[in-house]
Amino acid sequence: MRRKYTRDHVTWNLLALSSFSIFIFFFLFPLFRLIIGAIWTGNGFNLEPFKRFFATKYYMQAVVNSFKVSTVTTIISIITGTTFAMIMRYFKIKGKKFIDIMLLVSTITPPFLGGYSWILLFGRVGWATKFFNNLFGITLPGIYGFWGIVFTFVCHSTTTMYMYISGALKNVDSTLNEAAENLGCFGLRRIVKIILPLILPTVLSTALLTFMHCFADYGTSSLIGEGYNVMGTLIYTAFLGEVSRDATMASAMASITLIFTSLLFMLQRWIGSRRVVEMNSLHPIEQTKPKGIIAVVSHFYIYLMTALAALPIFVVAYNSFQKASGFLFLPGYSLNSYKLAFQRLGDAIQRTYAYGLVAIVIIIIIAVIISYANIRHSSPLTKTADTLTMFPLVVPGTVLGIAMVLAFNGAPFYLNGTAALVISVWVIRRLPYTIRSTTGVLHNISTSVEEASQSLGANPFRTFTRVVFPMLFSGLLPGALLSFISSITELSSTLMVYNFKTATMSILIYTEICKGNFGVASAMSTILLVSAVLVLGILFKVSKGNYEFTL
Amino acid sequence: MSVTINIEHAKKAYGKNVVIENLSAQIRPGEFFTLLGPSGCGKTTLLRMIAGFNTIEGGEIKFDEKVINNLPPHKRNIGMVFQNYAIFPHMSTKDNVAFGLKERKVKDPELSKRVADVLEQVQISDLADRMPSNMSGGQQQRIALARAMVINPDVLLFDEPLSNLDAKLRVEMRSTIRHIQQQAGITTIYVTHDQEEALAISDRIAVMNKGEIQQIDEPVKIYRKPRNLFVATFMGQTNILDVQIENQDVMIEKVGCKYHFDRIKNVNNIKAGKMVVRPNDFVFADHGIKGEVTERIFFGTITTYTVKTEIGDLVVTRDVNEHMKEIGEQVYLDIPVEVVNIFEADGKNMSIMEDAG
Repeated sequence: MRRKYTRDHVTWNLLALSSFSIFIFFFLFPLFRLIIGAIWTGNGFNLEPFKRFFATKYYMQAVVNSFKVSTVTTIISIITGTTFAMIMRYFKIKGKKFIDIMLLVSTITPPFLGGYSWILLFGRVGWATKFFNNLFGITLPGIYGFWGIVFTFVCHSTTTMYMYISGALKNVDSTLNEAAENLGCFGLRRIVKIILPLILPTVLSTALLTFMHCFADYGTSSLIGEGYNVMGTLIYTAFLGEVSRDATMASAMASITLIFTSLLFMLQRWIGSRRVVEMNSLHPIEQTKPKGIIAVVSHFYIYLMTALAALPIFVVAYNSFQKASGFLFLPGYSLNSYKLAFQRLGDAIQRTYAYGLVAIVIIIIIAVIISYANIRHSSPLTKTADTLTMFPLVVPGTVLGIAMVLAFNGAPFYLNGTAALVISVWVIRRLPYTIRSTTGVLHNISTSVEEASQSLGANPFRTFTRVVFPMLFSGLLPGALLSFISSITELSSTLMVYNFKTATMSILIYTEICKGNFGVASAMSTILLVSAVLVLGILFKVSKGNYEFTL
Repeated sequence: MSVTINIEHAKKAYGKNVVIENLSAQIRPGEFFTLLGPSGCGKTTLLRMIAGFNTIEGGEIKFDEKVINNLPPHKRNIGMVFQNYAIFPHMSTKDNVAFGLKERKVKDPELSKRVADVLEQVQISDLADRMPSNMSGGQQQRIALARAMVINPDVLLFDEPLSNLDAKLRVEMRSTIRHIQQQAGITTIYVTHDQEEALAISDRIAVMNKGEIQQIDEPVKIYRKPRNLFVATFMGQTNILDVQIENQDVMIEKVGCKYHFDRIKNVNNIKAGKMVVRPNDFVFADHGIKGEVTERIFFGTITTYTVKTEIGDLVVTRDVNEHMKEIGEQVYLDIPVEVVNIFEADGKNMSIMEDAG
């Protein structure tokens, strides 16, 4: 087949190639090193760690535990999240705006902070525990263990589920509903036969994300698990633990997790490619006012889930103003925690923001190049880049962190602990989201707008800078701001690659929690959250409330 | 200032799929030239080759003597108006219109003056500072027109610019475009699938089918003297009757009506032909094709009848002022030999009339 490649085509493919090379270097290369490192000792294959892993009950128990936690959490979250999204989409709920803001804030709250505040509430010396113990004269064990982890994850995942599913529901045209009803299909039947199949791809993708987050999460499980070992905690202890350090074992476990998540990723792509539902909504679904018992139940459910999701924020904020001594909160209030917090944070605040800013600029540049090249100048190269850049979605932070350290620790890079490595971890983790949203925005920019610009005399470069990029930017900004927030609150992979010079706010918070300095940790968390909320304020301002979440 | 556009043996192919094989046409300076054809006939493809958005696989396209085959779009000095308007959504009306001038490094005060003038011309001066997001299709199309005109292009290209507008607005915009084009005298190529629009707006029309130009002529000739059956049937509703031809004598099969055509120039001595009769060509008379009125639709200025005959249902339209026939009434349909055309029944269905285009 003869095909004439224009100069633009070549230029954009070269740009895509260079962006993709950066991605390969900071993502595929470390993962490759990780797997090689686990099976190759330098003078031969060594499958000993794998054998040990599969033969040791201790490890296998962790695998089983991880599966149990992730499966149970995912199933519950699918139900709670979809229900939540449906109610919010179909019914007028009082205080919807406030709920939306609370949920958005809660999604930017790092999960480990949720776990931590549940400890403050329901832990051994938590308020609620103490209250019940005093009341009934009993000794409740607290929220720890399996159900504690599941509970924390569900609280957090429900909102994430809701946001993505709600985005998909927004695209369901109300005429589809009307057509179904017109053909005699209504009520629950209509939901099952029309609505659910339409949002299924989104539900599946989000479910997969939830599963992955739980499967290899470190922060929450280590705080709440208390001896309930999961993969995330084992990998971390094997890699950085004080007593049982075993780097080969850590690589082996990380590799196993990686292989497993890759399979899930391929499964999700496969399902996704088989069920392509193109939706373009001209008539969004009209919200109705719920009546009677349905209204009561709906409101109760929405308020309860919102409260569960947002409660950690308030707990943390309240605690930060309490007098504290170690992990005990004393009666009375003081700003002492803040004094200590600012002292210990030092320049970590500016540092965190600076890193986040650099990361987000890089993310935008790479995302715009890869998605623009793939949409306007598609080639096998850009298609590969587009697919593979989705992969970080399912690679657990812990695994990515270990892979980065192993790859860039020694010669010739010596990048471990540097700002460059922290930033590249953030870039890699958030890139898929931004590429997705950029691709979505680009699909809505008609090529004729670019052609109009060119026929008016603007060369391809000026067309891109004066027409395409400005049009893209407004659509891209909300997602970028969310990525910014997620980056600065990132814990599980930053924990692997930082050193004391590059510690970010979330690292310091985590350290304080581990030391038992709950007061200081609360104050730090509040500072982090307040600053994140400020960014959210900008988000609302620029998007006029029209942000959307797509996957 | 006006240029001649010479299309010489142009070829367009996507891989092995040849869309346009070998197409030649000359568009005169200042002319309003329309490419008319059904969807998929290659008219938009040709327009985009001229604009520079499609590559040219063979032949040459010239503005006057300058070959533009490999000139990138932004260097062709073309004003183009798109079907979906392609207004830059992040710029105000004024900025949209000023875009091309700024690319040409035109500075104030000339810039503002030219923008203001063209906005005046398309009658949207009051929208100058508004953003396009909430404007109607008609308003957006006026911006697009102003934006294309203001750069004093050598060539104006229109890609089905009115197809997204409602019927009334379409007629209004049609005359605006025609008026402005005549004032400016810019060589213009206009793509449409709407034959009425083409007839109303053009100096000349090129009827296209399957990547080939069927006929290039003035609107009246295209309508009255079609070169082949495709052109005849594409220009509005038609009745096609099978006929036998003997020199200049024509007999309608089955019903046995005979007519003598002075206009027939049957060089190939064709025996079998197809006669194309437009609904308004039929005349109710006391002789001709016998039939019965089975349906009558009243449109206001005209009335359309369906007449059942031995050679099938025929569609007839008559003026409102004429005496109306009733359903079930026996009628005879006569054919005015001075206006109907006859084509070869086989091959390329060429016209056998001596005055065909």
